[in-house]
Amino acid sequence: MSAAARRALLALAVTGVGAWVLAPIVLIALASFTTRSQLYAWPRGVIPNPWSVETLRFFLQAQGVLQATWHSLVVAGLTIALAILIGAPAGYALSRFRFAGREAFRLAILGTKMFPATILAVPLAVSFIHWGLYDTLLGVAFVHTALALPFAIIITTSVFVGVPFELEEAAMTLGCGRLQAFLRVALPIALPGLAAAAIFTFVLSWNEVFAATILTLRTRTLPALVMNAVGSAGAPADFRFAAGFFMIVPALIIIMVIRRYLLTLWGVTVR
Amino acid sequence: MTIAEQRLDSPAPAARARVDWLPYALLLPTLLFLAVFFVYPMIQAVVLSVRDPSGGLTLRYFQAMVTDTYFRGAVRNSLLLTAIVIPLQVTLALAIALLVNTRFRGHQWFLYICAIPLGISDLAAGLVWLSIFTDRGTLNMLLLWLGVIDQPIAFLSFEEPVWLYAAIVATEVWRATAIVMVILVAGLQLIPKDYFETADVFGATGWRKLWHVTLPLMRPALQTALIIRTILAFQLFATVIALAGRIVPVLAGEAYFQYSLYRNPPVASAYAVLIMATSMVITVAYLRLLRGRETEAGA
Repeated sequence: MSAAARRALLALAVTGVGAWVLAPIVLIALASFTTRSQLYAWPRGVIPNPWSVETLRFFLQAQGVLQATWHSLVVAGLTIALAILIGAPAGYALSRFRFAGREAFRLAILGTKMFPATILAVPLAVSFIHWGLYDTLLGVAFVHTALALPFAIIITTSVFVGVPFELEEAAMTLGCGRLQAFLRVALPIALPGLAAAAIFTFVLSWNEVFAATILTLRTRTLPALVMNAVGSAGAPADFRFAAGFFMIVPALIIIMVIRRYLLTLWGVTVR
Repeated sequence: MTIAEQRLDSPAPAARARVDWLPYALLLPTLLFLAVFFVYPMIQAVVLSVRDPSGGLTLRYFQAMVTDTYFRGAVRNSLLLTAIVIPLQVTLALAIALLVNTRFRGHQWFLYICAIPLGISDLAAGLVWLSIFTDRGTLNMLLLWLGVIDQPIAFLSFEEPVWLYAAIVATEVWRATAIVMVILVAGLQLIPKDYFETADVFGATGWRKLWHVTLPLMRPALQTALIIRTILAFQLFATVIALAGRIVPVLAGEAYFQYSLYRNPPVASAYAVLIMATSMVITVAYLRLLRGRETEAGA
């Protein structure tokens, strides 16, 4: 194959794959800006005619949607706080110390990453009723934290590995205690990486459907509300399209923001 | 801070008579949290599914699960969808990873675009593809424009089981190829360049290089990707419900319906236990299978 033909083939493959990923997102966006009557018309064009926010407004004004969005934000905030507060010390330990049981701990973390919400949600719902956590935002945040914790530990480990221990040592020779050296020297350098961990945790919590649906009744998060509307309440098509679009917009922005950490977060190989 | 101050010297693994407790103290919150919100519910799932109201052992909830009208369909659909979706995802992800690895100009952006679905939930992805496959959706409009049809086809209905499957497969491949791809890209980056250079020196090209050099070196990454994807495939539920409702029952979906619709936690737990057991069996099987071959290759 000549070099030119090879380049053309590469360009074709790249364009094809790129279009395949992006096209459905463009299509749902177009559907969300189409009026309801247009959505049910046959035949209809792909491009909205006229462009309208009617469908999106219908979704946002539907009962409980704004409140559920707020709930989702609260749960995500709680999850970020819990996951970082609990996970960052573990990440720091893994990056700074060699100790007996280190490998076992790392394997356990990878193991927990593999067993997601479906298995945890049902038994926890039963326990949460006894513990007074059922149908509360804190309860959902706890489960989301359990799911996010392995990722938080993996990313904070890699963040602290990137912060030279010598800097902390230098601070300690200058009279800082262990904790002070960490807070004044290591933490500020690690902040951007910790922010990425926080943002990733947001995506995980914002997107989580199963546990949120099982663990709530009235205090729905957005995915739980939409799941219920789609799964048992028979929501109309315009509601569904607007919901789909509304839920993916934050994710789109966020993936672009944390793109540098994509390989660290997901690309972990068990050896 | 007395304990901390004793280990000011270095993080290197020095032989030490005293045990340094600081790392364990730092891990403690994680271990406690995971014990309560991860290990305990896993045990609890088993307990809920086998304990009768008086506290004795019973199999009645598993019997209720197995004799449920939707059970056989759920098992069949979960297995069949996994068997169709995963080979497609791995092939496609491998192709994308190899494209990224050619390091053409703009390959970083290509990687980011391909990673976008990582941020999209199963539910949202189902709704996105619903807008394509629904009666007045994009696919029907395309077919009309091409002159293939003049009335819309109800792709997502009882009468079109093949189309229903196709829609679910298309959505899952679109949504979850990204995770396989990212794992494979990371794995490819770990392979030292020398291997490829050596292969070039010996005149290996194209497919031979892929088959004899790249793929064997990617075995750990492929193994991880396969395990994670297969386990996630058995969690499949929101995509299917968004596209097909309960026409195509799946295992995780039945756990949801048993809990939310029938208010029957023990049977929902039985489904959770079934999913957990399947995931574990598959993980062990993959580890055995792929590691077995590795030893053969090494011998």
